[in-house]
Amino acid sequence: MADQLEGSARTDPPVADKPDDGDRQFRELRLDGVTRAFGATDALHDLSITIRGGEFVAFLGPSGSGKSTALNCLAGLLPLTAGEIWLDDRRIDTLPPEQRGFAMVFQNYALFPHLDVRRNVGFGLRMRKVPKQETNRRVEEALTLVRLSHKADSHPAQLSGGEQQRVAIARAIVCEPPLVLMDEPLSNLDAKLRLEMRTEIRRLHQDLGLTTIYVTHDQHEALSLADRIVILRNGVVEQAGTPSEVYIEPETDFVAGFLGYRNALTGNVDESHGRQTTVAVGDLRLVGKSPAAMPTGDAVVRIRPDDLMVCNGGGTGPNRIPLLIEVVEYGGREFVVEGVTPAGQRLYFMASEAPRLGDSVTVAVEPENVRVFAPTEET
Amino acid sequence: MVTRTAAAPPASLPPLSKRLAEKGVTPRLLLLLPAVVFALGLFVYPFLYGLGLSFTTEAGSLLGNYTEFFTDPYLRGTIWLTVRLAVPAVLIILVTAMPLALAMRGAGRGKQIITVILLFPITIGTVLLSDGLLDFLGAAGWVNRFLLDTGLIDQPLQLIHNYWGVLFAIIITDFPFVFLLLLSYASGIDPSYERAAAVFGASPRQRFLRVTLPLFAPGLAITTSLAFVLAFGTFPSALLVGEPAGSTRTMGVAAYSEAFQQFDYPMASTVAMLMAGVELLVIVVILGLRNRLVPTLSSGRKG
Amino acid sequence: MSAGTSTSTTAPYQGSGRRRRPSFTRLVTIGVLGFFLVMLAGVVGSVLISSIATRWLNTWLPEGYTLSWFSSAWQEFGLTQVLGVTLQVAISVLVVTLVIAIPAAYVLARTNFPGKRLLTVLFLLPIVVPTITYGVPLATLLYRLQLAQTLPGVILINLVPSVPFAILILMPFVEQVDESLEKAARIFGARNWQVFARVVLPLLAPGIIATSILLLVRTIAMFDLTFLVAGPTTQTLVVKLFYAVSAAGFRSPQSIDAMAVIYMATNVLLLAVAFKFINPARIVGGGAH
Repeated sequence: MADQLEGSARTDPPVADKPDDGDRQFRELRLDGVTRAFGATDALHDLSITIRGGEFVAFLGPSGSGKSTALNCLAGLLPLTAGEIWLDDRRIDTLPPEQRGFAMVFQNYALFPHLDVRRNVGFGLRMRKVPKQETNRRVEEALTLVRLSHKADSHPAQLSGGEQQRVAIARAIVCEPPLVLMDEPLSNLDAKLRLEMRTEIRRLHQDLGLTTIYVTHDQHEALSLADRIVILRNGVVEQAGTPSEVYIEPETDFVAGFLGYRNALTGNVDESHGRQTTVAVGDLRLVGKSPAAMPTGDAVVRIRPDDLMVCNGGGTGPNRIPLLIEVVEYGGREFVVEGVTPAGQRLYFMASEAPRLGDSVTVAVEPENVRVFAPTEET
Repeated sequence: MVTRTAAAPPASLPPLSKRLAEKGVTPRLLLLLPAVVFALGLFVYPFLYGLGLSFTTEAGSLLGNYTEFFTDPYLRGTIWLTVRLAVPAVLIILVTAMPLALAMRGAGRGKQIITVILLFPITIGTVLLSDGLLDFLGAAGWVNRFLLDTGLIDQPLQLIHNYWGVLFAIIITDFPFVFLLLLSYASGIDPSYERAAAVFGASPRQRFLRVTLPLFAPGLAITTSLAFVLAFGTFPSALLVGEPAGSTRTMGVAAYSEAFQQFDYPMASTVAMLMAGVELLVIVVILGLRNRLVPTLSSGRKG
Repeated sequence: MSAGTSTSTTAPYQGSGRRRRPSFTRLVTIGVLGFFLVMLAGVVGSVLISSIATRWLNTWLPEGYTLSWFSSAWQEFGLTQVLGVTLQVAISVLVVTLVIAIPAAYVLARTNFPGKRLLTVLFLLPIVVPTITYGVPLATLLYRLQLAQTLPGVILINLVPSVPFAILILMPFVEQVDESLEKAARIFGARNWQVFARVVLPLLAPGIIATSILLLVRTIAMFDLTFLVAGPTTQTLVVKLFYAVSAAGFRSPQSIDAMAVIYMATNVLLLAVAFKFINPARIVGGGAH
């Protein structure tokens, strides 16, 4: 379904061969019409999705989208208002958390302060009555994997944030659970640490192949970690697909806006044939791709800042937009520039040289890089 | 394709256990059971039992004990005797503790030291205090000695086995508690309100009456009520440094005496019930006064 | 009832013009507090000095000092037995109170349920009702049930003020335990009782210790209730002290003062230990009366 674009390597990353743990891995985890009410509204509405064993799935969305609710329902911390959850042929939504056999990594680490690292990591194994010798062995292995063997006797209060999170991760993977739940585990870490931990998590998944559901509001995390991304808004799935699918072919305005199509121009549909749609934005005529043929009416045009090129003067072509420069930000390799269209709408683009404030420039974008959607309904 | 069990029931409401769980009614509430049994068995039931006893008379009339109480001056006088001990004590304590608490609410180190020092008398209790008062206020004690030596009096003052000893005891025992509680409430008053009022031109007196006092009032009302309850229930001091058969025959003493000296258990319970009634009345009055005088605030700011 | 946080360390804006004002308030403050402390020191001091004096008649200070009153008091009042009873009562009350109060404080701090307000008021009611008011009916009942003058009777009656106090003190400690720790424990396989025993209780330990010491102090200092039901062999130290003082009538014989000092020493010792575990500003509960 993803069109291969010329000259760009925007495909999904290679998937390593997963280790074969036939008996530990399940085939599929199925959520069927899962609904969780919150007062008069639904925090989660009719969520139906199937997750394959070994997959790394990201639930992506803003706060209030229902992603954490979904995770808590999977964990058993929240009962379902409606729907069912099946693990192969066992129904698990009726089970309390302690009987589901999953593991979870929390945003605030949730390490037991009164236990040292070793006992924290081994907690799940002890609860499940794993013999002492095997517990010790597996704890040592897990600590080696997260490179914290030298801190095995410390207490959580003596560790840094990043170290605490690694312990939390070790505690989860040591159980070799059928499902690992991660609730925004990197949000409490500073930017540099976040990047390092992200690679750690990716490496661990490549090595161990544990099925993981990862909740985040950060699109970069989702794109870099997941085999599949589920984008949620107001308790409902907006789109689900591989990283490149959702990145290159967002299906709704909301998804596009969440995944980096920062520019949004509102206008009216001029004409639409198949997937090519022309939108009138003020005096401009912009041509782009829509999920399907669009009826006349309001439309939103979505463009990535990096897809806009400065092309002052010369040449004709579609999608030429005149801008008045308002703000210039230094961005390292490039400048991030904000300009205003004649109709008063804002556009952001990247430039290698900084234009002057108040200058008039013209930017242009290839139609393949323009997306057209119906506007997001406010609910 | 996996075969599933029968379709979900068509009822529009989820099952009862789920609905209860949403409201917070889970098996975890069973942990409250011991406390509930305790509260009902050791507090509510004895109280009701006492209430029932108070309505038990030999003649069979329901209010017999109560009429007897109010017609016998020896008995009904106890109300006045208790009130005339409790109210002045509470007033004196408040008049001294309140400005103190308000003045001290910002101090850091001093506050801590005072707190520690004052916690000691809270725990030693009135028996020890009464023993000490018998020494201290006695004819040969340091107070009289001081007053005699400095020539302020010719004869030692009678400060024990009367009203004064008990008053002293109540004040010394309750002052620390009241002061610490008021300090705690006063510390919760954000000084930036008064500063803001000052910026807008309010004089110190105006600031006190219109900003500090209204913010302080709820805590003050609660503390006064608690202080009164404490003072009203005074018992061992009335016996040890007071005149339990005479001027300091408080309701507590009367209740005890009826039960364990006269063995008139119904009357004893009657006195106890009346004690509860008088306290409730006073608390209602205090809270009513607070609402009257300070109608502007519905909730006080506590620390 | 915690001490509030005050962002300023200076007294509130007193008015710039009148420079005399701040020092006046400060003087009054120091004056009143000082007077109170002098009185308190005098009362306690009288007992203290009397207990170590050889003879003390009409003088400021006694003629000589001795410690012999303590041993004579010990024998005269049978303090071994009395202290034994006191400790038994205090520890039993402590254990039973904790068993009742810890689960109750946990549920009240963690869950919301219909009727929670009512129940909380019910639990905390004994704190605001004076001891004699509920003590006399309860003592009557215990007499009717043949429990009076027995150790169980004394223990039972002392539970009434203890449990609410313990619940009140423990609730903030429960709130301090991070709830996500309990969730984590459950996900990793801990059943409900395991969550409680392996996560909640260990983290509640400091709070439990602080509460325990305060409970011991309160029970030892509790006069009214024990007095109503104690028999000759089940008197706690403070009740024994009362009987001795009231029998003496006027100025107590020095052996009684010695017993009083022993009583005071136990309390002070326990309080000193308590301050290691709990911030003094938190404690405002009524003492014995």
